[in-house]
Amino acid sequence: MNILLEAFAKSFELVFTLNEDLFEILLLSLKVSGISLLLSCLIGLPLGTFLAIKSFWGKDAFLVLFNTMMGLPPVVVGLIVYLLVSRSGPFGWLGILYTPTAMIIAQMILITPIIVSLTSQIIEEISQEYKSLFASLVVPSHKAIIAYLFDARYSILTVVLAGFGRAISEVGAVIIVGGNIDHLTRVMTTTIALETSKGNLSLALALGIILLSIALTTNFILIRLKIRAKRRMYV
Amino acid sequence: MYKSNKKNLMKLTPIEVIDLSVSLGKDLILDKVSCSIKNNSITVVIGPNGAGKSIFLQTINGLTNIDNGKITFNKIYNNDEIRNKQAMVFQTPTLLRRNVKSNMDFVSNVKNKNGKLIIKNILKRVGLEGYDNKPARLLSGGEKQRLSLARALFIEPSVLLLDEPTANLDPFSLKLIEEIILEESKKGATIILTTHDMAQAKRLASDIIFFNKGKILEQTDANVFFRNPLTKEAKKYINGEILL
Repeated sequence: MNILLEAFAKSFELVFTLNEDLFEILLLSLKVSGISLLLSCLIGLPLGTFLAIKSFWGKDAFLVLFNTMMGLPPVVVGLIVYLLVSRSGPFGWLGILYTPTAMIIAQMILITPIIVSLTSQIIEEISQEYKSLFASLVVPSHKAIIAYLFDARYSILTVVLAGFGRAISEVGAVIIVGGNIDHLTRVMTTTIALETSKGNLSLALALGIILLSIALTTNFILIRLKIRAKRRMYV
Repeated sequence: MYKSNKKNLMKLTPIEVIDLSVSLGKDLILDKVSCSIKNNSITVVIGPNGAGKSIFLQTINGLTNIDNGKITFNKIYNNDEIRNKQAMVFQTPTLLRRNVKSNMDFVSNVKNKNGKLIIKNILKRVGLEGYDNKPARLLSGGEKQRLSLARALFIEPSVLLLDEPTANLDPFSLKLIEEIILEESKKGATIILTTHDMAQAKRLASDIIFFNKGKILEQTDANVFFRNPLTKEAKKYINGEILL
Protein backbone atom coordinates (compact mmCIF):
# COMPACT_ATOMS: atom_id res chain seq x y z
CA MET A 1 0.00 0.00 0.00
CA ASN A 2 2.86 2.37 0.94
CA ILE A 3 4.55 1.70 -2.37
CA LEU A 4 1.38 2.68 -4.19
CA LEU A 5 1.01 5.91 -2.20
CA GLU A 6 4.66 6.75 -2.81
CA ALA A 7 4.15 6.11 -6.48
CA PHE A 8 1.17 8.47 -6.55
CA ALA A 9 3.16 11.17 -4.73
CA LYS A 10 6.05 10.77 -7.13
CA SER A 11 3.77 10.87 -10.13
CA PHE A 12 2.18 14.14 -9.01
CA GLU A 13 5.64 15.57 -8.40
CA LEU A 14 6.70 14.65 -11.95
CA VAL A 15 3.57 16.16 -13.42
CA PHE A 16 3.58 19.37 -11.45
CA THR A 17 7.34 20.02 -11.70
CA LEU A 18 7.01 19.72 -15.50
CA ASN A 19 9.59 16.93 -15.69
CA GLU A 20 11.52 17.24 -18.98
CA ASP A 21 11.57 13.51 -19.84
CA LEU A 22 7.93 13.17 -19.03
CA PHE A 23 6.92 16.00 -21.35
CA GLU A 24 9.18 14.77 -24.14
CA ILE A 25 7.35 11.43 -24.01
CA LEU A 26 3.99 13.16 -23.75
CA LEU A 27 4.64 15.41 -26.75
CA LEU A 28 5.83 12.49 -28.90
CA SER A 29 2.71 10.51 -27.96
CA LEU A 30 0.46 13.40 -28.93
CA LYS A 31 2.42 13.98 -32.15
CA VAL A 32 2.31 10.33 -33.28
CA SER A 33 -1.35 9.87 -32.35
CA GLY A 34 -2.35 13.26 -33.75
CA ILE A 35 -0.69 12.70 -37.12
CA SER A 36 -2.01 9.15 -37.46
CA LEU A 37 -5.50 10.39 -36.55
CA LEU A 38 -5.30 13.21 -39.09
CA LEU A 39 -4.17 10.87 -41.87
CA SER A 40 -6.79 8.27 -40.89
CA CYS A 41 -9.50 10.93 -41.05
CA LEU A 42 -8.29 12.06 -44.49
CA ILE A 43 -8.70 8.48 -45.70
CA GLY A 44 -11.53 7.25 -43.47
CA LEU A 45 -14.08 10.07 -43.71
CA PRO A 46 -14.34 10.11 -47.54
CA LEU A 47 -14.13 6.32 -47.72
CA GLY A 48 -16.81 5.85 -45.06
CA THR A 49 -19.04 8.38 -46.81
CA PHE A 50 -18.50 6.67 -50.16
CA LEU A 51 -19.43 3.28 -48.69
CA ALA A 52 -22.54 4.79 -47.13
CA ILE A 53 -24.00 6.48 -50.17
CA LYS A 54 -22.84 4.40 -53.14
CA SER A 55 -24.21 1.04 -54.16
CA PHE A 56 -21.81 -1.31 -55.90
CA TRP A 57 -21.06 -4.99 -56.14
CA GLY A 58 -19.07 -6.17 -53.11
CA LYS A 59 -20.02 -3.24 -50.91
CA ASP A 60 -21.20 -5.53 -48.10
CA ALA A 61 -17.87 -7.37 -48.22
CA PHE A 62 -16.03 -4.08 -47.76
CA LEU A 63 -18.26 -3.17 -44.82
CA VAL A 64 -17.72 -6.57 -43.19
CA LEU A 65 -13.98 -6.23 -43.76
CA PHE A 66 -13.77 -2.80 -42.15
CA ASN A 67 -16.03 -3.83 -39.28
CA THR A 68 -13.81 -6.84 -38.64
CA MET A 69 -10.68 -4.71 -38.85
CA MET A 70 -12.03 -2.52 -36.04
CA GLY A 71 -10.98 -5.31 -33.70
CA LEU A 72 -7.53 -5.88 -35.16
CA PRO A 73 -5.07 -7.02 -32.46
CA PRO A 74 -2.42 -4.27 -32.19
CA VAL A 75 0.45 -6.76 -31.84
CA VAL A 76 -0.57 -8.42 -35.12
CA VAL A 77 -0.64 -5.02 -36.83
CA GLY A 78 2.73 -4.24 -35.29
CA LEU A 79 4.13 -7.52 -36.55
CA ILE A 80 2.82 -6.99 -40.10
CA VAL A 81 4.17 -3.44 -40.27
CA TYR A 82 7.46 -4.72 -38.82
CA LEU A 83 7.73 -7.37 -41.55
CA LEU A 84 6.92 -4.78 -44.23
CA VAL A 85 9.39 -2.11 -43.13
CA SER A 86 12.20 -4.24 -41.66
CA ARG A 87 15.42 -4.26 -43.67
CA SER A 88 14.54 -7.52 -45.47
CA GLY A 89 10.89 -6.47 -46.04
CA PRO A 90 9.43 -4.96 -49.24
CA PHE A 91 9.60 -1.44 -47.80
CA GLY A 92 12.89 -1.92 -45.97
CA TRP A 93 14.56 0.57 -48.30
CA LEU A 94 12.53 3.35 -46.69
CA GLY A 95 14.53 2.90 -43.49
CA ILE A 96 11.63 3.79 -41.22
CA LEU A 97 11.74 0.88 -38.78
CA TYR A 98 12.15 2.13 -35.20
CA THR A 99 11.09 5.64 -36.15
CA PRO A 100 7.92 7.62 -35.31
CA THR A 101 6.92 7.22 -39.00
CA ALA A 102 6.54 3.45 -38.57
CA MET A 103 4.54 4.05 -35.40
CA ILE A 104 2.23 6.45 -37.27
CA ILE A 105 1.68 3.85 -40.01
CA ALA A 106 0.85 1.14 -37.46
CA GLN A 107 -1.59 3.42 -35.64
CA MET A 108 -3.19 4.45 -38.93
CA ILE A 109 -3.85 0.80 -39.76
CA LEU A 110 -5.49 0.40 -36.38
CA ILE A 111 -7.73 3.47 -36.41
CA THR A 112 -8.65 3.89 -40.08
CA PRO A 113 -11.14 0.97 -39.98
CA ILE A 114 -12.81 2.56 -36.93
CA ILE A 115 -13.20 5.88 -38.79
CA VAL A 116 -14.43 4.14 -41.97
CA SER A 117 -16.96 1.84 -40.30
CA LEU A 118 -18.46 4.34 -37.89
CA THR A 119 -18.55 7.15 -40.49
CA SER A 120 -20.27 4.80 -42.90
CA GLN A 121 -22.96 3.93 -40.33
CA ILE A 122 -23.54 7.58 -39.43
CA ILE A 123 -23.70 8.83 -43.01
CA GLU A 124 -25.93 5.96 -44.09
CA GLU A 125 -28.41 6.84 -41.35
CA ILE A 126 -28.49 10.54 -42.19
CA SER A 127 -28.61 9.93 -45.96
CA GLN A 128 -31.66 7.68 -45.48
CA GLU A 129 -33.27 10.39 -43.38
CA TYR A 130 -32.65 13.07 -46.04
CA LYS A 131 -33.17 10.81 -49.08
CA SER A 132 -36.67 11.89 -50.16
CA LEU A 133 -36.09 15.56 -49.35
CA PHE A 134 -32.83 15.71 -51.30
CA ALA A 135 -34.34 13.81 -54.24
CA SER A 136 -37.28 16.19 -54.28
CA LEU A 137 -35.01 19.25 -54.14
CA VAL A 138 -32.74 17.72 -56.82
CA VAL A 139 -29.69 18.23 -54.60
CA PRO A 140 -26.43 17.55 -56.50
CA SER A 141 -24.32 14.71 -55.02
CA HIS A 142 -21.45 16.93 -53.87
CA LYS A 143 -23.80 19.27 -52.03
CA ALA A 144 -25.59 16.29 -50.48
CA ILE A 145 -22.28 14.87 -49.20
CA ILE A 146 -21.28 18.21 -47.69
CA ALA A 147 -24.70 18.39 -46.02
CA TYR A 148 -24.41 14.85 -44.62
CA LEU A 149 -20.97 15.52 -43.17
CA PHE A 150 -21.97 18.91 -41.78
CA ASP A 151 -25.22 17.71 -40.23
CA ALA A 152 -23.55 14.63 -38.77
CA ARG A 153 -20.67 16.71 -37.39
CA TYR A 154 -21.32 15.91 -33.74
CA SER A 155 -21.50 12.17 -34.37
CA ILE A 156 -18.41 12.32 -36.57
CA LEU A 157 -16.55 14.17 -33.84
CA THR A 158 -17.33 11.24 -31.57
CA VAL A 159 -15.82 8.92 -34.16
CA VAL A 160 -12.70 11.06 -34.43
CA LEU A 161 -12.26 11.10 -30.68
CA ALA A 162 -12.82 7.33 -30.52
CA GLY A 163 -10.00 7.01 -33.06
CA PHE A 164 -7.79 9.28 -30.99
CA GLY A 165 -8.55 7.23 -27.87
CA ARG A 166 -7.54 4.04 -29.68
CA ALA A 167 -4.32 5.65 -30.95
CA ILE A 168 -3.12 7.29 -27.76
CA SER A 169 -3.76 4.22 -25.60
CA GLU A 170 -2.24 1.69 -27.98
CA VAL A 171 0.97 -0.09 -26.95
CA GLY A 172 1.36 -3.43 -28.77
CA ALA A 173 1.97 -2.16 -32.29
CA VAL A 174 4.10 0.88 -31.47
CA ILE A 175 6.44 -1.07 -29.20
CA ILE A 176 7.14 -3.55 -32.03
CA VAL A 177 7.68 -1.03 -34.84
CA GLY A 178 9.01 1.82 -32.68
CA GLY A 179 11.30 -0.23 -30.47
CA ASN A 180 10.67 2.02 -27.45
CA ILE A 181 13.98 3.87 -28.00
CA ASP A 182 14.69 6.58 -25.44
CA HIS A 183 14.39 10.14 -26.82
CA LEU A 184 13.35 8.77 -30.21
CA THR A 185 10.32 6.48 -30.16
CA ARG A 186 9.40 6.27 -26.51
CA VAL A 187 5.76 7.19 -25.97
CA MET A 188 3.54 7.11 -22.91
CA THR A 189 2.19 3.60 -23.25
CA THR A 190 5.54 2.00 -24.07
CA THR A 191 7.15 3.84 -21.18
CA ILE A 192 4.46 2.63 -18.80
CA ALA A 193 5.10 -0.95 -19.96
CA LEU A 194 8.88 -0.55 -19.62
CA GLU A 195 8.93 1.25 -16.27
CA THR A 196 6.42 -1.16 -14.77
CA SER A 197 8.59 -4.11 -15.79
CA LYS A 198 11.59 -2.34 -14.20
CA GLY A 199 9.62 -1.73 -11.01
CA ASN A 200 9.79 2.06 -11.45
CA LEU A 201 6.16 2.59 -10.68
CA SER A 202 6.29 6.34 -10.09
CA LEU A 203 7.01 7.32 -13.72
CA ALA A 204 4.64 4.62 -14.98
CA LEU A 205 1.91 5.89 -12.74
CA ALA A 206 2.57 9.52 -13.64
CA LEU A 207 2.15 8.68 -17.30
CA GLY A 208 -0.92 6.64 -16.46
CA ILE A 209 -2.42 9.67 -14.73
CA ILE A 210 -1.69 11.85 -17.76
CA LEU A 211 -3.17 9.26 -20.10
CA LEU A 212 -6.28 9.10 -17.97
CA SER A 213 -6.44 12.90 -17.83
CA ILE A 214 -6.31 13.09 -21.62
CA ALA A 215 -9.04 10.46 -21.90
CA LEU A 216 -11.14 12.25 -19.29
CA THR A 217 -10.69 15.65 -20.94
CA THR A 218 -11.58 14.40 -24.43
CA ASN A 219 -14.59 12.54 -23.07
CA PHE A 220 -15.69 15.55 -21.06
CA ILE A 221 -15.51 17.78 -24.16
CA LEU A 222 -17.30 15.12 -26.16
CA ILE A 223 -20.11 14.72 -23.63
CA ARG A 224 -20.56 18.50 -23.36
CA LEU A 225 -20.78 18.81 -27.13
CA LYS A 226 -23.22 15.92 -27.36
CA ILE A 227 -25.44 17.34 -24.63
CA ARG A 228 -25.44 20.68 -26.44
CA ALA A 229 -26.24 18.97 -29.74
CA LYS A 230 -28.97 16.82 -28.22
CA ARG A 231 -30.64 19.86 -26.67
CA ARG A 232 -30.86 21.31 -30.17
CA MET A 233 -31.80 17.94 -31.66
CA TYR A 234 -28.78 18.09 -33.94
CA VAL A 235 -27.97 14.42 -33.37
CA MET B 1 -49.67 41.99 -50.19
CA TYR B 2 -47.97 39.56 -52.60
CA LYS B 3 -47.29 40.55 -56.14
CA SER B 4 -48.69 38.32 -58.83
CA ASN B 5 -45.73 36.89 -60.67
CA LYS B 6 -47.33 34.59 -63.21
CA LYS B 7 -44.99 35.26 -66.11
CA ASN B 8 -41.94 33.84 -64.30
CA LEU B 9 -43.50 30.42 -63.82
CA MET B 10 -42.35 27.80 -66.26
CA LYS B 11 -45.36 26.12 -67.81
CA LEU B 12 -45.47 22.51 -66.67
CA THR B 13 -49.14 21.98 -67.26
CA PRO B 14 -51.26 20.23 -68.23
CA ILE B 15 -49.82 17.28 -66.37
CA GLU B 16 -50.94 14.16 -68.18
CA VAL B 17 -50.80 10.86 -66.34
CA ILE B 18 -51.38 7.95 -68.67
CA ASP B 19 -51.82 4.30 -67.61
CA LEU B 20 -49.43 4.78 -64.71
CA SER B 21 -48.52 1.72 -62.67
CA VAL B 22 -46.19 1.82 -59.68
CA SER B 23 -45.14 -1.05 -57.42
CA LEU B 24 -43.31 -1.03 -54.12
CA GLY B 25 -41.68 -4.42 -53.80
CA LYS B 26 -44.34 -6.94 -54.77
CA ASP B 27 -47.25 -4.61 -53.98
CA LEU B 28 -48.95 -2.81 -56.83
CA ILE B 29 -49.64 0.65 -55.41
CA LEU B 30 -50.90 2.47 -58.50
CA ASP B 31 -52.79 0.40 -61.04
CA LYS B 32 -53.03 1.88 -64.56
CA VAL B 33 -53.90 5.33 -63.29
CA SER B 34 -54.81 8.04 -65.82
CA CYS B 35 -55.74 11.64 -65.20
CA SER B 36 -55.07 15.17 -66.34
CA ILE B 37 -54.13 18.06 -64.08
CA LYS B 38 -55.19 21.40 -65.49
CA ASN B 39 -53.08 24.50 -65.50
CA ASN B 40 -53.37 26.65 -62.39
CA SER B 41 -55.82 24.26 -60.74
CA ILE B 42 -55.97 23.19 -57.11
CA THR B 43 -56.43 19.47 -57.43
CA VAL B 44 -57.24 17.73 -54.20
CA VAL B 45 -56.50 14.03 -54.11
CA ILE B 46 -58.70 12.15 -51.67
CA GLY B 47 -59.27 8.55 -50.74
CA PRO B 48 -58.85 6.15 -47.85
CA ASN B 49 -55.51 5.28 -46.27
CA GLY B 50 -53.39 3.08 -48.50
CA ALA B 51 -55.27 4.12 -51.63
CA GLY B 52 -52.05 5.35 -53.27
CA LYS B 53 -52.41 9.13 -52.85
CA SER B 54 -48.96 9.81 -51.42
CA ILE B 55 -47.21 7.55 -53.93
CA PHE B 56 -49.14 9.32 -56.70
CA LEU B 57 -47.73 12.66 -55.54
CA GLN B 58 -44.23 11.23 -55.12
CA THR B 59 -44.37 9.73 -58.60
CA ILE B 60 -45.31 13.08 -60.11
CA ASN B 61 -42.32 14.53 -58.22
CA GLY B 62 -40.09 11.83 -59.73
CA LEU B 63 -39.34 10.14 -56.41
CA THR B 64 -40.55 6.66 -57.31
CA ASN B 65 -39.86 4.40 -60.25
CA ILE B 66 -42.62 3.88 -62.78
CA ASP B 67 -43.44 0.29 -63.81
CA ASN B 68 -45.62 1.23 -66.76
CA GLY B 69 -47.28 4.27 -68.22
CA LYS B 70 -46.06 7.84 -68.37
CA ILE B 71 -46.31 11.30 -66.91
CA THR B 72 -45.79 14.37 -69.06
CA PHE B 73 -45.57 18.01 -68.12
CA ASN B 74 -46.85 20.17 -70.94
CA LYS B 75 -45.98 17.22 -73.23
CA ILE B 76 -42.44 16.85 -71.84
CA TYR B 77 -41.26 13.90 -69.76
CA ASN B 78 -40.05 14.62 -66.26
CA ASN B 79 -36.43 15.79 -66.11
CA ASP B 80 -34.25 17.74 -63.69
CA GLU B 81 -35.23 21.07 -65.18
CA ILE B 82 -38.90 20.27 -64.67
CA ARG B 83 -38.27 18.85 -61.21
CA ASN B 84 -36.44 22.04 -60.27
CA LYS B 85 -39.70 23.89 -60.84
CA GLN B 86 -41.69 21.55 -58.62
CA ALA B 87 -41.74 21.62 -54.86
CA MET B 88 -42.99 18.95 -52.52
CA VAL B 89 -44.12 19.27 -48.93
CA PHE B 90 -44.13 15.91 -47.20
CA GLN B 91 -46.65 14.81 -44.61
CA THR B 92 -43.84 14.37 -42.09
CA PRO B 93 -41.41 17.20 -42.77
CA THR B 94 -37.74 16.32 -42.97
CA LEU B 95 -35.78 19.19 -41.52
CA LEU B 96 -32.02 19.47 -41.56
CA ARG B 97 -30.17 19.27 -38.24
CA ARG B 98 -29.66 23.00 -38.27
CA ASN B 99 -31.50 26.13 -37.30
CA VAL B 100 -34.44 27.60 -39.23
CA LYS B 101 -32.35 30.09 -41.21
CA SER B 102 -29.80 27.43 -42.21
CA ASN B 103 -32.60 25.18 -43.45
CA MET B 104 -33.68 27.99 -45.76
CA ASP B 105 -30.07 28.83 -46.71
CA PHE B 106 -29.57 25.21 -47.76
CA VAL B 107 -32.33 25.47 -50.38
CA SER B 108 -30.91 28.80 -51.48
CA ASN B 109 -27.51 27.16 -51.92
CA VAL B 110 -28.90 24.12 -53.75
CA LYS B 111 -30.88 26.27 -56.15
CA ASN B 112 -27.97 28.72 -56.59
CA LYS B 113 -30.30 31.52 -55.74
CA ASN B 114 -29.16 34.28 -53.44
CA GLY B 115 -32.19 35.27 -51.49
CA LYS B 116 -31.51 36.76 -48.08
CA LEU B 117 -34.43 39.16 -48.37
CA ILE B 118 -36.66 36.54 -50.02
CA ILE B 119 -35.97 34.15 -47.14
CA LYS B 120 -36.79 36.85 -44.62
CA ASN B 121 -40.07 37.60 -46.38
CA ILE B 122 -41.03 33.96 -46.75
CA LEU B 123 -40.34 33.22 -43.09
CA LYS B 124 -42.52 36.20 -42.21
CA ARG B 125 -45.20 34.92 -44.55
CA VAL B 126 -45.33 31.49 -42.88
CA GLY B 127 -45.34 33.01 -39.40
CA LEU B 128 -41.74 32.13 -38.54
CA GLU B 129 -40.36 35.64 -38.35
CA GLY B 130 -37.76 35.88 -35.57
CA TYR B 131 -37.20 32.10 -35.55
CA ASP B 132 -33.95 32.31 -37.56
CA ASN B 133 -31.68 30.87 -34.88
CA LYS B 134 -34.10 28.34 -33.44
CA PRO B 135 -33.05 24.72 -34.08
CA ALA B 136 -35.48 23.49 -36.72
CA ARG B 137 -36.18 20.18 -35.07
CA LEU B 138 -37.25 21.90 -31.86
CA LEU B 139 -40.14 23.60 -33.63
CA SER B 140 -43.70 22.44 -32.94
CA GLY B 141 -45.45 20.22 -35.50
CA GLY B 142 -47.24 23.17 -37.10
CA GLU B 143 -44.08 25.28 -37.20
CA LYS B 144 -42.12 22.42 -38.77
CA GLN B 145 -44.71 22.05 -41.49
CA ARG B 146 -44.69 25.81 -42.10
CA LEU B 147 -40.90 25.76 -42.39
CA SER B 148 -41.20 22.90 -44.85
CA LEU B 149 -43.70 24.98 -46.82
CA ALA B 150 -41.36 27.99 -46.63
CA ARG B 151 -38.61 25.92 -48.27
CA ALA B 152 -41.02 24.95 -51.02
CA LEU B 153 -42.11 28.56 -51.55
CA PHE B 154 -38.50 29.69 -51.92
CA ILE B 155 -38.31 27.59 -55.07
CA GLU B 156 -41.23 29.57 -56.55
CA PRO B 157 -42.65 26.33 -57.91
CA SER B 158 -44.83 26.03 -60.98
CA VAL B 159 -46.23 22.85 -59.46
CA LEU B 160 -46.63 22.62 -55.71
CA LEU B 161 -47.22 19.14 -54.32
CA LEU B 162 -48.52 18.90 -50.77
CA ASP B 163 -48.94 15.57 -49.04
CA GLU B 164 -51.44 16.05 -46.21
CA PRO B 165 -49.82 19.36 -45.30
CA THR B 166 -52.21 20.14 -42.46
CA ALA B 167 -52.65 16.71 -40.89
CA ASN B 168 -52.77 17.06 -37.09
CA LEU B 169 -51.99 20.77 -37.17
CA ASP B 170 -53.35 23.51 -34.94
CA PRO B 171 -56.04 25.83 -36.37
CA PHE B 172 -53.56 28.71 -36.82
CA SER B 173 -51.15 26.63 -38.91
CA LEU B 174 -54.02 25.11 -40.85
CA LYS B 175 -55.53 28.50 -41.71
CA LEU B 176 -52.16 29.99 -42.61
CA ILE B 177 -51.21 27.08 -44.86
CA GLU B 178 -54.57 27.17 -46.63
CA GLU B 179 -54.21 30.93 -47.18
CA ILE B 180 -50.76 30.41 -48.67
CA ILE B 181 -52.05 27.64 -50.94
CA LEU B 182 -54.74 29.98 -52.27
CA GLU B 183 -52.22 32.80 -52.70
CA GLU B 184 -49.84 30.55 -54.61
CA SER B 185 -52.69 29.46 -56.82
CA LYS B 186 -53.55 33.09 -57.52
CA LYS B 187 -49.92 33.65 -58.47
CA GLY B 188 -50.25 30.95 -61.11
CA ALA B 189 -48.96 27.79 -59.48
CA THR B 190 -50.66 24.49 -60.07
CA ILE B 191 -51.36 22.82 -56.75
CA ILE B 192 -51.90 19.15 -56.06
CA LEU B 193 -52.61 18.18 -52.50
CA THR B 194 -53.77 15.13 -50.62
CA THR B 195 -56.01 15.35 -47.60
CA HIS B 196 -58.47 13.40 -45.48
CA ASP B 197 -60.19 16.60 -44.44
CA MET B 198 -63.37 16.88 -46.51
CA ALA B 199 -64.04 20.42 -45.30
CA GLN B 200 -60.57 21.43 -46.45
CA ALA B 201 -61.11 19.74 -49.80
CA LYS B 202 -64.32 21.71 -50.24
CA ARG B 203 -62.60 24.97 -49.25
CA LEU B 204 -59.63 24.57 -51.56
CA ALA B 205 -60.34 22.25 -54.44
CA SER B 206 -61.12 23.26 -57.98
CA ASP B 207 -60.79 19.60 -59.00
CA ILE B 208 -61.01 16.34 -57.14
CA ILE B 209 -59.27 13.06 -57.83
CA PHE B 210 -60.75 10.20 -55.85
CA PHE B 211 -58.48 7.20 -55.27
CA ASN B 212 -59.38 3.77 -53.98
CA LYS B 213 -57.17 0.67 -53.93
CA GLY B 214 -54.59 2.15 -56.28
CA LYS B 215 -57.10 3.25 -58.91
CA ILE B 216 -58.62 6.58 -59.76
CA LEU B 217 -62.37 6.12 -59.50
CA GLU B 218 -63.30 9.73 -60.22
CA GLN B 219 -61.71 12.90 -61.50
CA THR B 220 -64.05 15.78 -61.71
CA ASP B 221 -64.84 19.36 -60.81
CA ALA B 222 -64.97 19.74 -57.02
CA ASN B 223 -68.51 21.18 -56.94
CA VAL B 224 -69.80 18.33 -59.07
CA PHE B 225 -67.98 15.74 -56.97
CA PHE B 226 -69.32 16.89 -53.63
CA ARG B 227 -72.84 17.49 -55.01
CA ASN B 228 -73.14 14.30 -56.98
CA PRO B 229 -70.35 11.72 -56.68
CA LEU B 230 -70.62 9.13 -59.41
CA THR B 231 -69.33 6.03 -57.68
CA LYS B 232 -70.74 4.33 -54.63
CA GLU B 233 -67.24 4.27 -53.12
CA ALA B 234 -66.98 8.05 -53.36
CA LYS B 235 -70.46 8.46 -51.84
CA LYS B 236 -69.49 6.19 -48.95
CA TYR B 237 -66.16 7.99 -48.46
CA ILE B 238 -67.79 11.44 -48.38
CA ASN B 239 -70.32 10.11 -45.85
CA GLY B 240 -67.54 8.84 -43.64
CA GLU B 241 -68.23 5.17 -44.20
CA ILE B 242 -65.50 2.55 -44.28
CA LEU B 243 -64.54 1.37 -47.75
CA LEU B 244 -63.83 -2.33 -48.02
